[in-house]
Amino acid sequence: MLLPCIGWCQAHRGGELHLSAYQASGTIDPQINYESDFWQIYFVTQDGLLGFRKAEGKEGLEVVPDLAEALPEIGDGGKTYLFHLRRGLKFSTGQEITVGDVVASYRRMFKVLGPNVGSWYNIIVGADACLKTPQDCTLDGGVVGDAQASTVTIHLTRADSEFSQKIALPFASILPADTPPHDLGTTPPAATGPYMIQSYNPVRQMVLARNPYFHQWSEAAQPDGFVDRIIYRYGLQNESEVTEVENGALDWEADPPPLDRLSEIGADYTKLAHIHPLLAYYYVTMNTHLAPFDNVLARRAFALAVNRKVAVNLYGGPALGTPICQLLPAGLAGYAPYCPFTKNPDARWSAPDLATARALVKASGTAGMKVTFVCSDREVERSIGIYLQSVLNDIGYQASVHSISYNIRDTYLQNSSNHVQIGLTDWYQDYPSPSDFLDVLLSCASFHPGSDASINMSGFCDPAIDARMQGAIATELTDPEAADRQWTEIDRTLTDLAPLTTLFQINKLDVVSPRVGHFRFSPLFHFIFSEAWVK
Amino acid sequence: MNSAGGPWTIAFQRLAGDRAAMVSAFVLILVVFASASAPLYARFVAHTDPFRPNLDGSVVIDGRIEDILQPADNPLHLGSAPIGPTWHGAYFLGADGQGRDVAARLLYGGFNSLLIAGSATALCLFFAAIAGIVAGFLGGWVDQVFSRLLDILWAFPVYLLAISLSVVLISQGLKIGPITIEADNLLLPIAIIGIVYVPYVARPVRGQVLSLAQSDFVLAAVGLGVPNRRILLRDILPNVAPTLIVFAPLVMALNLLTESALSFLQIGVQPPAASWGTIIADGQTLIYSRPLVAIAPGLAIMVVVLALNVFGDGLRDALDPRAKLRVQ
Repeated sequence: MLLPCIGWCQAHRGGELHLSAYQASGTIDPQINYESDFWQIYFVTQDGLLGFRKAEGKEGLEVVPDLAEALPEIGDGGKTYLFHLRRGLKFSTGQEITVGDVVASYRRMFKVLGPNVGSWYNIIVGADACLKTPQDCTLDGGVVGDAQASTVTIHLTRADSEFSQKIALPFASILPADTPPHDLGTTPPAATGPYMIQSYNPVRQMVLARNPYFHQWSEAAQPDGFVDRIIYRYGLQNESEVTEVENGALDWEADPPPLDRLSEIGADYTKLAHIHPLLAYYYVTMNTHLAPFDNVLARRAFALAVNRKVAVNLYGGPALGTPICQLLPAGLAGYAPYCPFTKNPDARWSAPDLATARALVKASGTAGMKVTFVCSDREVERSIGIYLQSVLNDIGYQASVHSISYNIRDTYLQNSSNHVQIGLTDWYQDYPSPSDFLDVLLSCASFHPGSDASINMSGFCDPAIDARMQGAIATELTDPEAADRQWTEIDRTLTDLAPLTTLFQINKLDVVSPRVGHFRFSPLFHFIFSEAWVK
Repeated sequence: MNSAGGPWTIAFQRLAGDRAAMVSAFVLILVVFASASAPLYARFVAHTDPFRPNLDGSVVIDGRIEDILQPADNPLHLGSAPIGPTWHGAYFLGADGQGRDVAARLLYGGFNSLLIAGSATALCLFFAAIAGIVAGFLGGWVDQVFSRLLDILWAFPVYLLAISLSVVLISQGLKIGPITIEADNLLLPIAIIGIVYVPYVARPVRGQVLSLAQSDFVLAAVGLGVPNRRILLRDILPNVAPTLIVFAPLVMALNLLTESALSFLQIGVQPPAASWGTIIADGQTLIYSRPLVAIAPGLAIMVVVLALNVFGDGLRDALDPRAKLRVQ
């Protein structure tokens, strides 16, 4: 729960927050960048018509009006969204935020071909033409502004119960209409939040300063910030970052602390550590088009054989992960504990069942096959990869490990031309909806053979299950509780088919310096920089 | 100095009289035997399989059952650490991040490191000898071709070339016609390391052969119509052999370092196999909690490389009297 800032908190205003990451996360363009480190920045610099509440716990999953005065008036069976734009708000450049800026921003999303325009925003009327010729995008009839009434109407080709969540993400940030229709690179975008990006050098640092034109219009969507400046440095090694945070030379590091420093943090710096569950998990994807995992028995055998407790320990101990074996993470709508892949099957995972796993491998006729396990070269993932290689050997395969650069982990795993049989990766929610896990990870539409952008890495495709998922999405509009029940059933069906094996749900560890107060954590965007004070 | 016997006997006597070289040789023999005994150690002393993760296992030490992976004893339950040195048969040097016996892996790793370095050295000297002798003796366009090829190879920084080859070959394995070499086959690092140092040996060999080819006894043989093959085998090779022998320990030391570097970068020996480089990489993540995992193989590399270099110096002094004179 956020505290209202009345007088007492004025005393905490001022100072600088010093952050650090080993490396920057690429372009600074909010309509292009898809990295959580930078979404954290956009959370305090950019706004859309809607936004996620800057709050902890479940409240943080709530969509609230941001630059719009209120939540949209939804009509035409869920296909029309009417927004009233707040008046009198300005960009950090001093320009007033107008209806024209909103319309131009939605067009720009397509002109710069943001990563998800083809999947999340393609239901806007006119999006098809924009995807074909982005540079000429007008979204004609799709996003309609009325400057006099200060309204924006978005027309969709079909109802989408998750559209409000999708436009509350940084991709739908409102920028000035004259923002260049190409990747901004290192040029800071005009801001609307309490902070603006003053400078950005990807090899050195990013500096955020107060936005001189900001005034708080909604405490829920965009509260004012405490510190005057935020300095985000790049290039420090992880070990050094931890030491500097402990010593107070840095206030926070974006990178997870090295494993061998965790004990020290847990013993000597307990007051500096903050642990929060995420809607995210590590999972093993199994290629349903390649032997041996084109056989459901082989997939189930692996899921049964994995000791998730070991994986959790390799990740940093029980404080940082919770064993799971279903596809929906705890905390999401539709989640109901379910675990068929455990000794003495129960709602929750308890222990591996090697004997049954070996029997399944034998029954599948795949015993003795060669299997290459692909994982990244990050220390944690490689450790888990080596452990899982031993699991594969234990149940009757001849397994080897192939570790690749973390930078290409997902694109490599996603491209079916690489013939990956089995690999380790993770998934973090984009927005808090069951479809962001089940539909995105396992629908036929998410599988693009031969493409680096095929999120459905297992290549699993079952039109009947796809239809059930679309049904659940449609039901969300009218009967959310019924939709939750549908998602629960779909989760169980997919878990039983085991196209992927979930290992553990991730808890995030943040370590802040002793001088940082009022640490607040959004379940979607994590540490909320604007809420922290250093005075 | 006893001048009785042939040149090889004299060289051996000189070497035997070099105390530092002898100590080095003893250390090397000890390391080789220790490494070769790795399977026996793992089976009869450590009682573990050093290639299989043992993260949920336990071991009995002085009558107490201790977990291999020990959860951190802190209020936040953050982190865990593998068991440290027990100074007993099992887990003598503790466990690595996968719960495997470090001492047993150190011995297996030594075997692989020495095998790769030794084999790569043999490969390197073989190719270097052929290239240097053929180029130096035949001269003309053959010399031009060989020399330019060596120049091209030399133009690449050694580690850059080794890393580039490793990244490509070890990530995918090697397929040449019907022959397939899997990515985890030790032949790949042996071949890569063996190739990159060829110019460093071939160049001086070629220079020596150029000089030998103008010597009286070779010119006389040519004048008498002795076939080239016989001259190469009877006159040139025996004179080049001491150079190759002197190079052997020095190149092996370099190869050992290169192998360790590649394995440390995960592009040498592949898991679950071990080499000293992979064990250092395993220990890197435990440097605060279990420093011995990285320090032990690091020390092993240092000792072996030092011994190889000292022994190499001794060999040079024994086989090259002029060098000995210079030293005196």
